[in-house]
Amino acid sequence: MSVLIYTENAGGKFKKSTFEAISYARAIADQNNTSLTAISIGDVNTAELNSLAKYGADKILNVSNDRLKNFVNQAYASVIAEAAKKQGADIVVLSNSFSGRGLAPRLAVKLEAGLVDGAISLPDQSGGKFIVKKTAFSGKAFALVELTSANKVIALTPNAYKIVEANKTALVEEFSAETKESDFKAMLKEIVRSTEKVSLPDAEIIVSGGRGLKGPENWGMIEELADILGAATACSKPVSDSGWRPHSEHVGQTGTAVSPNLYIAIGISGAIQHLAGVSSSKVIVVINKDAEAPFFKVADYGIVGDAFEVVPKLITAIKEHKVLA
Amino acid sequence: MKILVCISNVPDTTTKITFTDNNTQFNTAGVQFILNPYDEIALARAIELTDGDKGTITVINVGETNTEPTIRKALAIGAHDAVRINAKPHDAWFVACQIAQYIKANPFDLVLTGRESIDYNGSKVAGMLGELLDLPSVSIIKKLDVEGNNATVEREIEGGKELLTIPLPFIAGTAEGVAEPKIPNMRGIMSARTKPLTIVEPVDVQTNLEVISYETPAPRGQVKLVPADDVAQLVELLHTEARVI
Ligand SMILES: Cc1cc2nc3c(=O)[nH]c(=O)nc-3n(C[C@H](O)[C@H](O)[C@H](O)COP(=O)(O)OP(=O)(O)OC[C@H]3O[C@@H](n4cnc5c(N)ncnc54)[C@H](O)[C@@H]3O)c2cc1C
Ligand SMILES: Nc1ncnc2c1ncn2[C@@H]1O[C@H](COP(=O)(O)O)[C@@H](O)[C@H]1O
Repeated sequence: MSVLIYTENAGGKFKKSTFEAISYARAIADQNNTSLTAISIGDVNTAELNSLAKYGADKILNVSNDRLKNFVNQAYASVIAEAAKKQGADIVVLSNSFSGRGLAPRLAVKLEAGLVDGAISLPDQSGGKFIVKKTAFSGKAFALVELTSANKVIALTPNAYKIVEANKTALVEEFSAETKESDFKAMLKEIVRSTEKVSLPDAEIIVSGGRGLKGPENWGMIEELADILGAATACSKPVSDSGWRPHSEHVGQTGTAVSPNLYIAIGISGAIQHLAGVSSSKVIVVINKDAEAPFFKVADYGIVGDAFEVVPKLITAIKEHKVLA
Repeated sequence: MKILVCISNVPDTTTKITFTDNNTQFNTAGVQFILNPYDEIALARAIELTDGDKGTITVINVGETNTEPTIRKALAIGAHDAVRINAKPHDAWFVACQIAQYIKANPFDLVLTGRESIDYNGSKVAGMLGELLDLPSVSIIKKLDVEGNNATVEREIEGGKELLTIPLPFIAGTAEGVAEPKIPNMRGIMSARTKPLTIVEPVDVQTNLEVISYETPAPRGQVKLVPADDVAQLVELLHTEARVI
C-alpha cells in the first residue's frame, strides 16, 4: 500500500498548488509509514522533475508520450489509474484545480474509490477510519467525510495546505501506460494564457472590487494596488454581469471560491453569496464608505471611507512600506 | 438533437446554513429550495441550442417527491419532459450511477450538468457520468457551441482558457458565461403542469463515502477599524500583526 500524487504542470512548470498537494501527499504517506510516488504527465524537463523529490517524492514517474503532451482528462485518468494499480497505491492525491476537477471523478470511478473533492485537512485516521474535512455549501460550512472504500482519491483545495520541504532523493523513471482510442475524442485546439500575472485560485493576495467602484474605467487603481502587492484581481457578481470585468474574476457562491492569505474588498457590500466564496480567506480587509455594510461583520480590518480617496493613499503607503522594508 | 439536463434541488443562495442532531443533519427548517443556479445556466443553453424545433430537452433529477416544484420550474422554463429517479441523492457517486443507468437505456446527443451543485460542491457528477458511459467530459465550461455532430467548448484553466472540440455525445458541466438564466413566462408556467414527468425507481449502488458531521466556520473577532486618514496604520497592522504583507 502506498500513496500516488499526480503532479500537474502548466506549460512544463509545476505550480504552487502542485507543491502544496505533494507536501500534503507526503504527510499522508508518513501517517501510514509508506512511500510516495509522483507521476508527471506532459513535457517537463529533468531538473523540474527532480524538484519533486525536494517536496517528498520517493519515486518519480515521467510520462512523456507525444499524444499526452496536453491535458485530456479521459486519457490522463487512464494513465494515472494504471500507475496507481502498478504501484499498488491505494491513495491518490491531486490538486482540486480546474483540471483536477475534471480528472478526479473519472479517476475515482476507474479505481472504485471514494473521492473527497476540495479537501482542506489531512485525513484523521484514528480508530481505523479515514476522515477528511472538505468545504461544503459554497464555503458556508465544512463537512467531515469518511471514505469507506479500499481505494481513495483526494483532491486538495489550493492554498489550504502549506508547502513543506522533505528533501528526499528519488530517481526519475519513464512510465508508459495503455490508453484507448476513445480516450482522445476531446481535442485541444488552443490554449489562451491571459496576461494577468497571478491566477485567482492560486493567489496569496486578492484585491477585489464591487459595484461601489462605479464603472470599469475606475479599475486602474485596483490593478495598481494588486500589482504592487503581487496580487490577483477579483470582483463581485454584478461587476462581471455588467461586463466591467471578465467572468473568470467573479468570486462567491456562484463564482470562484477563494482562500487567499489576504482578501481586500473594495466597494463590495458583503452579500451572503459573496461572503460564501471568500470567507475562508485568512485575513479580510474591507474598504467601504458605508459603516453599516455587512462585510465589516466578517472583516479583520476595515476602513470606512471613500474608495477613490482611500485606495490611492493605500497604494502610496504600501510603496513607502516597501522602500523601508 | 436530444439533450439531457441534470438538475439538482439546492438551498436558496441566501440561506444561512445551520445543522441539527449534533451537527450531523443539514437544518432544512424554513429553507427555500431552488433549481441549482448552474443547472439554470445549462438549461438556458439547452433551450438556445434547440431553439426553433432543433431538438428536445429532458431534465432529470435524482430526488424524492419534495423536488417536484424544482422539476416543474425547469419544465416551465422550457424543458419538454422530465424524469425523477425516486431516491434520496446520497452523494455524487450515487447520483451519477442512477443517471448513467438511465442514459444507457435512453441515449442522448448531449448531456449537460451544472459545474457544481451549490450544496455539496463536488463538481463530480459530470466526470463520473463520463467515465461510467465511456464518453468525454468537460467539467467546467464557459462556452458551448454545437455544429452538426461536433461541439466546441471553452474550458477555464488557472490563468487562461482552453478551446476544445468534442464529437457528440459527451458530458459538459456548465458555468457562468455559457448562457443567461431564463425566466419562465406565463405560457411556460401553465404548460409545465401537463408536461410528462416520468418516475423511475433507483438501482442499487455500493456507497464509498459518508458525511460524518458538519462544521460552520469559526466566527471572526471584532473588526479593527483604521481611520481613513491614517492608511499607513493599516499597512503597519497587515505587516506586523497579521503578517500577510
Ligand atoms: C443566485 C444568486 C447568486 C449570487 N452569487 C453571487 C456571487 O457568487 N458573488 C457575488 O459577489 N454576488 C453574488 N450574488 C449577488 C449578491 O446578492 C449581491 O447582489 C452582490 O454581491 C452585490 O455586489 P456589490 O457588493 O459589488 O454591490 P452592492 O451591493 O451594490 O454594493 C456596493 C457597495 O459599495 C459601497 N460603495 C459605494 N460607493 C463607494 C465608494 N465610493 N467607496 C467605497 N465604497 C463604496 C456601498 O456602500 C456598497 O456597500 C448572487 C445573487 C444571487 C441571487
Ligand atoms: N440529485 C441530482 N439529480 C440530478 N442531477 C444532479 C443531482 N445532483 C447533482 N446533479 C448534477 O450534477 C451537477 C454537479 O453536481 P456535483 O457534482 O454534486 O457538484 C449539478 O449541477 C447537476 O447538474
